[in-house]
Formats: sequence, structure tokens, C-alpha cells
Amino acid sequence: METSKVLRAEVKNIFFSYGDKPILKGVNLPIVEDKITALIGPSGCGKTTLLRCFNRMHDLYNPVNYQGEILLYPDKINILSRDIDPMEVRMRIGMVFQKPNPFPKSIFDNVAYGLTVRGVRKKSFITERVERSLRQAGLWDEVKDRLDSSATAMSGGQQQRLCIARALATDPEILLLDEPTSALDPISTGHIEELISELKKDVTIIIVTHNLHQASRISDYTAFMYLGELVEYDKSEKIFTNPSESRTENYITGRFG
Amino acid sequence: MRFQIEEMRRNIKWRQLKNQIFVYIGLLTLLFTLITLLALMIDLARTGVPRISLEFFLNFPSRFAEKAGILSAWVGTLCVMLTTASVAIPLGICAGVYLEEYARKNWFTEIIELNITNLAGIPSITFGLMALGIFVYKLGLGQSIVTAGLTLGLLVLPIIIVTTREAIRAIPNTIREASYALGSSKWQTVHHHIVPYSSGGILTGVIIALSRAIGETAPLLTVGALTYIAFLPHSPVIQDLPFLSFEWLRDPFTVLPIQMFNWVSRPQEEFHVNAAATGIVLLCVTLGMNAIAIVIRYRFRKRMKW
Amino acid sequence: MTHQPDLRLRSFTSVAHPVRRMRRFREAIIESFLFLCAASSIIITVGIVGTLIIESFPFFKQVSLKEFLTGTEWTPLFSDAKFGVLPLLCGTFLTTLIALLVAVPLGTILAVYLSEFVDPRVREVLKPCLELLAAVPTVVFGYFALLFVTPLLQKFFPALSGFNVLGAGLVMGIMIIPYICSLSEDAMRSVPDHMREASMALGASRFQTAFRVVIPGAFSGMTSAFVLGISRAFGETMVVAIAAGMQPNFTANVLEPAETITAYIVQVSMGDLPHGSIGYQTIYVVGLLLFCVTFSFNVLALFLRKRFVEKE
Repeated sequence: METSKVLRAEVKNIFFSYGDKPILKGVNLPIVEDKITALIGPSGCGKTTLLRCFNRMHDLYNPVNYQGEILLYPDKINILSRDIDPMEVRMRIGMVFQKPNPFPKSIFDNVAYGLTVRGVRKKSFITERVERSLRQAGLWDEVKDRLDSSATAMSGGQQQRLCIARALATDPEILLLDEPTSALDPISTGHIEELISELKKDVTIIIVTHNLHQASRISDYTAFMYLGELVEYDKSEKIFTNPSESRTENYITGRFG
Repeated sequence: MRFQIEEMRRNIKWRQLKNQIFVYIGLLTLLFTLITLLALMIDLARTGVPRISLEFFLNFPSRFAEKAGILSAWVGTLCVMLTTASVAIPLGICAGVYLEEYARKNWFTEIIELNITNLAGIPSITFGLMALGIFVYKLGLGQSIVTAGLTLGLLVLPIIIVTTREAIRAIPNTIREASYALGSSKWQTVHHHIVPYSSGGILTGVIIALSRAIGETAPLLTVGALTYIAFLPHSPVIQDLPFLSFEWLRDPFTVLPIQMFNWVSRPQEEFHVNAAATGIVLLCVTLGMNAIAIVIRYRFRKRMKW
Repeated sequence: MTHQPDLRLRSFTSVAHPVRRMRRFREAIIESFLFLCAASSIIITVGIVGTLIIESFPFFKQVSLKEFLTGTEWTPLFSDAKFGVLPLLCGTFLTTLIALLVAVPLGTILAVYLSEFVDPRVREVLKPCLELLAAVPTVVFGYFALLFVTPLLQKFFPALSGFNVLGAGLVMGIMIIPYICSLSEDAMRSVPDHMREASMALGASRFQTAFRVVIPGAFSGMTSAFVLGISRAFGETMVVAIAAGMQPNFTANVLEPAETITAYIVQVSMGDLPHGSIGYQTIYVVGLLLFCVTFSFNVLALFLRKRFVEKE
């Protein structure tokens, strides 16, 4: 692998089990800055579990136990450490979920939520951030006249773009996308894929996806996971045209999964 | 411009503090509520336990507090509950089954449902007023066990209907489809599948409803339960054919909560002891029944894995 | 003759076939029977409303509605009878107010705590405990109010009379806490989990998530719970009959006794008033008033709950 890329994070030896069922078995993975890394694999391979480790979502539920480290660069802090408050991790790493889940509030309040909960009070700052995030998400022109209207009145594709804007408003260091287009129709999916490709210049992105075509279209690096292990990681070009591992090839060509 | 880490950490500390304070407030509220329940039970026990004895259960009320007992009261409760159960259980379950399995979504069904929700919220004493006018006088049933049973039966009917419906709703549609797909009629599906699979939930609802009826005082006072009864109703079993008598239905009556009410309303302290003792009996019965219902519900949910 | 019976139907029998007709007839009978059971609930309501109205009718021939609703003296059983219901309304109102001042804050805090902060496994244990509290008969709470709470309060308020509004109201409030808590908690639990996840993922604390996302989302459901609590407190009988006294008292002083509508009905029922006398009619009149008030609250609560469901 090339040494000229800058890392944003590094996953080191993650073991994760739910009760006594092991889900992740010793995963190691680099995350390159300002690039899109895709996690692919069949159902149950642990990709969503791994994604949710990045923002400590598992801490919300019991009983889980996990070991290992995720180092956030450039300071190389282990964000999985018990000494670090999960709230801080979630303030620095954002997430967009599979099913669009805007709050039953206005569009403005949705996007501003991440800022208001962390105590930002300056109205001018918030307004400016909301506009910037909505522009980044490609929604600004559509909603600029109705920022006070209810967010739940929008279409599925628009709602998901809103959720992306909402996650971007807090300037996250990494943006996690958990199958963001699987609940959307093909046209909205196309729009969002374009959006994601543009966003990578501003923020590092990790995306979990079932859709191999999507992964090959938009990602720079791809990690193929199977039954809790990382089978292969490389530049997407290579994974999708000439994978080294036979399991990877079998999955890509549709022999299983 | 990314947010400063230091500022973030300070903000987090402050928010976590507010979070923790609320957790303590919540815990305090919980403790307060549970401790009040405990205080109630301990106070009742301290006062009333000395009076509890076999004589207490086998004596009639009397002018002398130490000799007074709850015989007429608990027999009355039993008789009234028998009537209540025979009214409310069949009516309630049938109504619940109809509303969940047969009723079409039209305006009339909506009215029935609205009506049941409304009935659940009517003050219990209003049922007593209705029973006084209709059962006691209009229908001439008098101030008797059957009146009491009917009144309480109608009072707890909504509880049974609602729990029956919830229990039936928990059955997944795939089971119904499987039954119909094999050529069953609607009634066969209800009879062989719906009712048996929801029986745990229905049983829970019945127990809770009866426990509520046992504790009800106000409607029975209105209907004319006597607060001083020194005799028992006629026995349901008689010596000649047909060996069953329904004369007891027309007898005057009293029930446990009314006996307790009577004793607690007296100024003399000795009667308060009796009231406390009755309270303990009432608590044991109602809390016991509810606890059983909770256990049945839990066991049933574990068993029924769809 | 074949050796084995052929179990396949050779053809579809017509719908008019006697067996099929018989079956359909039987199904129809069963359905009609079940329908009657369900419709019986309507008969009950008709019975209640009808009785209240019919029995109250003669009363209003003798007493004007104005005197009834605005008079401040309630002495229907005296020779010089006065029929102003305000003292009874006042007693009911005062006890309800105190009860709600206790039950609404405590019940809501408890509901938020149980729904948003407590581990699901602990919640499974705590909810049944609250259910048990709700199962205690009201007459036992009445005993508690008269013989435990009132003496306790008298240590702090020496002027407190033996029968008083404060003690009855407080105990009634504690009695209603599980009711409000359970209804509010149901409303909050129906806000989907992915809302909470979205909020936490943006860096909010559980407290912020609860108050900024969950409660606004469950608000109509929670207000519906409060309104039902009011209705419940209004209609409560035994606690006030035992502990608040049976003297009508048009006052704002909670340390004094005051009779409520429900306690009055009990008082008259326990005496021996001749059927049909005006004294007897008064229990129906106040009963009708009680029904109208609680019915309005119930309708309001239903309306709020429907709005809540529609928002989902």
C-alpha cells in the first residue's frame, strides 16, 4: 500500500461480542483522510457493528462488550477508551442512519440541533451554519423559503439529505453513513451518491453499503468483511476489478451473499 | 473552523452534571412513591395484625370491637364476585372477540370503541347511581347481591374487553392466514386458535378486573349495601332437588371494603383496629391477585414465541 | 367398491349446497351473538345517561338551574333546604387541585425517568411494582389519609382539623401517580428509538434527548394523561368520603373539612331517604353534574390522544 496517504483514523484489533455471540473478530483497518472508505460484505458480517463502534453507539445498549482501539488522528487518541466520554466522540464524529429520521421539528431546528445541544447560542453563527450545511447537502435552494416548516413533510430523499445536513452542521471529523440510500428510490439514491462524492473533500467518510455498485461508484477504498473478519482492504479499483482474496471475488461476482 | 476540544470537554462536563442531577431526582421520586406504599402497609400491619385471628374471620360484626369479625363481609364479597364474574367474563370476552375479529371498520364500530373508552373513564359511583335507578327500583331487584354483582360486572366490563382485545391483537396475522388457508371458517379459527392463544392475556385481564371489583366500595354503597349485617345469605346448595338454589341472589349483603369503611368511620379507636385488619385482608387479596396476574402475564409471554 | 376412501373432493360443491348453507347460518348466528355482546356496552352508557337525566328531571322543576349552579349553600336535607351546589363543587375542586399538584409533577418525572433513563431490565421490575401500587383499593387509601397522614400533618399544621381537604388531597395525589406515570410513559415509549439514536448521535445527553426530542414528540399523549388524571381525581369517592369530611363547606382553606360531590352521594345513600323525595333526587342531580364534567375531560383527553397518533 502507498505511504503517501494521510490517515484520519485507525482501527486496531477490535473484538466485539453481543452476549456470548462474537460479532467482530480482530478487525484492523486504516481510514484515510478526506476519502470515502466503504465497508461491504454479506448480512451479518459485522460491518454495521463496526461502523457503530466509531461513535460509541453501542454504549447505549446492554449487554455488549468490546475490546480494541480506534485511534483518531492526528493526536492518536483511542476513542474507544473508557476514559473518553462517548458524548465527546459523538460531538466529533457524525452519523447518518439507514432510515431517514428527522425530528418532528422545523427544518431549521433539525439542522441546528447538534449546535444547540452543545450550548451554541449565537443566532448569527447558527443561522450561518444551517445555511452552509443545507448548501453542502444540496437542499438549500429547495427549502430556503420554508426553513420553519415541518421536516417530516418532505419526501424520503429530501429527508435523508436533511439528515446529512444535520450531521454536517457540527463539523464532524468523520462522517459515518449506515446504508444511507437503502430506504430510498433510485433517483434519490443517485442524488445522494453525487452528494456524498462531493462531500469527501470536506470530511472523511465511512460508508456501509449492501449495494456493490454503489460502493464501486463512489468509494476510494473498500474493506470486504465476512463473518466478523476483515478479509481484504484495498483501493476500490483493485477490489472490484482484481481482488486478491477468493472470498472477495466470490462475493463481488455474486456467488454468495 | 473546528470546535475547540477544551471548550467541548467543559460543555460535556456541565451537561453530564445536569443529566446526573435529573437521574437523582428521578430516583428520589421513585423511592418516595415506593416508600409511601411501604408506609401504608406497615401502618396497616402494625395496627391491624393483632386483631387477625380465626375468630376474626368467623365472627359477625358486633357492637364490641374485639368480638367483631368479617364473616358476613367476606362471604358477601365471594357471592358478589361470583355474580360479577358470571356477568363480566362472558360478556367481556365475547365483546372483545367480536371487536377484534369480526367488526368491520365502519362508523358503528367506532362508536362502540369510543363508548368503551368512555365507560372506562366514568367515575365508579355513577355506575352505582345507574344501578340504583334501574336494577334496584325499575327492575325491582332490590338492594341485593344480584344488583351488586351486575353493577360491578358492568363496571369492570371495559377492563376485560380492553385486555381481551390486546391479547388477541398480539397474535400475528400469519396464524389466522394459516388457519383460513386450510379451509377453516371464522368461528373455527376463533375457537381453535384465537381464543386459546390469547388465553393467558385474557386470564390476566380477568384477574385484574376481579381484583378491582373486590376493592370497589362507592357503587355498592349507593346501591344499598348494608353496613351492618349479622347474618349470611341463603346457601346456594340445598338438600332437595335441584340441589342448587338461587335465593341467595336476592339477599341483602355487605362486602369487605364496605365493612372497612364502616369501621374506619367510627370514632372509637378499637374499631379502627378492626378496620386495619380488614385492610390487611383486602390488601392481601387484591395485591395477591394482581401479583398472580403479573406472573401469569410474564410466563405466558415467555411461552408464546411467535 | 374401492378399498380406501377417496379423500379428495371430486368437485367444488355449490354455494347453495345444504351443508354450506347450514354452516353459513351457524356462522351468522355466532356473529350476531358476539355483536350483541359488543353492542351491550352502548346500552350501558344509555342506561347511565338515561337514569341520570330522568331522575334529575323532577328536581329542576322545583329548583332553577341558576340557583343550583350559583348558590353557595347546600342544605338539601334541612327543612329550609338550599340547593346551591357550589360548596360541593368547591370541595371537589380543592381536593382535585391538591391531588394534581402532587401527581402531575411526580408522575411525569417518574415517567421520564423510567422511560428514558432506566435500564430496560430494571424497568421490567419497576413497572409491575407501580402496577401493584395502582391496585390498592381506594378505601385503604382513605384509611391511610384519615389515620396516618392527617395526624402526621397535624404535627406541622396544628390548626388542621380531623377531617380536612389537605390530607385527602395529598393521598389522592399519591394514589393517582401510577396512573399518570403509566399513561405518560406509554406515550413516550411510542416515540420510536431511532429518534433517540439520532439525537444521541448528534452529541446530546439523555436528558437533552428526553426533553428536546422525546417529550415534544409525546406531548399530546402526555397532556391526554394529565387530563385523564383530572377526570380520575374528580370522580374519586372513598378517600374523600373517609378523610375530607361530610360537611359542605364553601371555602378555600384546605385545613378545613369540605364535602365533595362524590362524598355527598355516599352520605345520602347511607341514610334512608325515601325513593322519589327531593333529597333522593339531589344525588342524581349532582351525579349528572359529575358525569358531565368527567365526560368533558374524557372527550378532551381522547381528542388529544387522537391528535398525537395522527402526528406519528
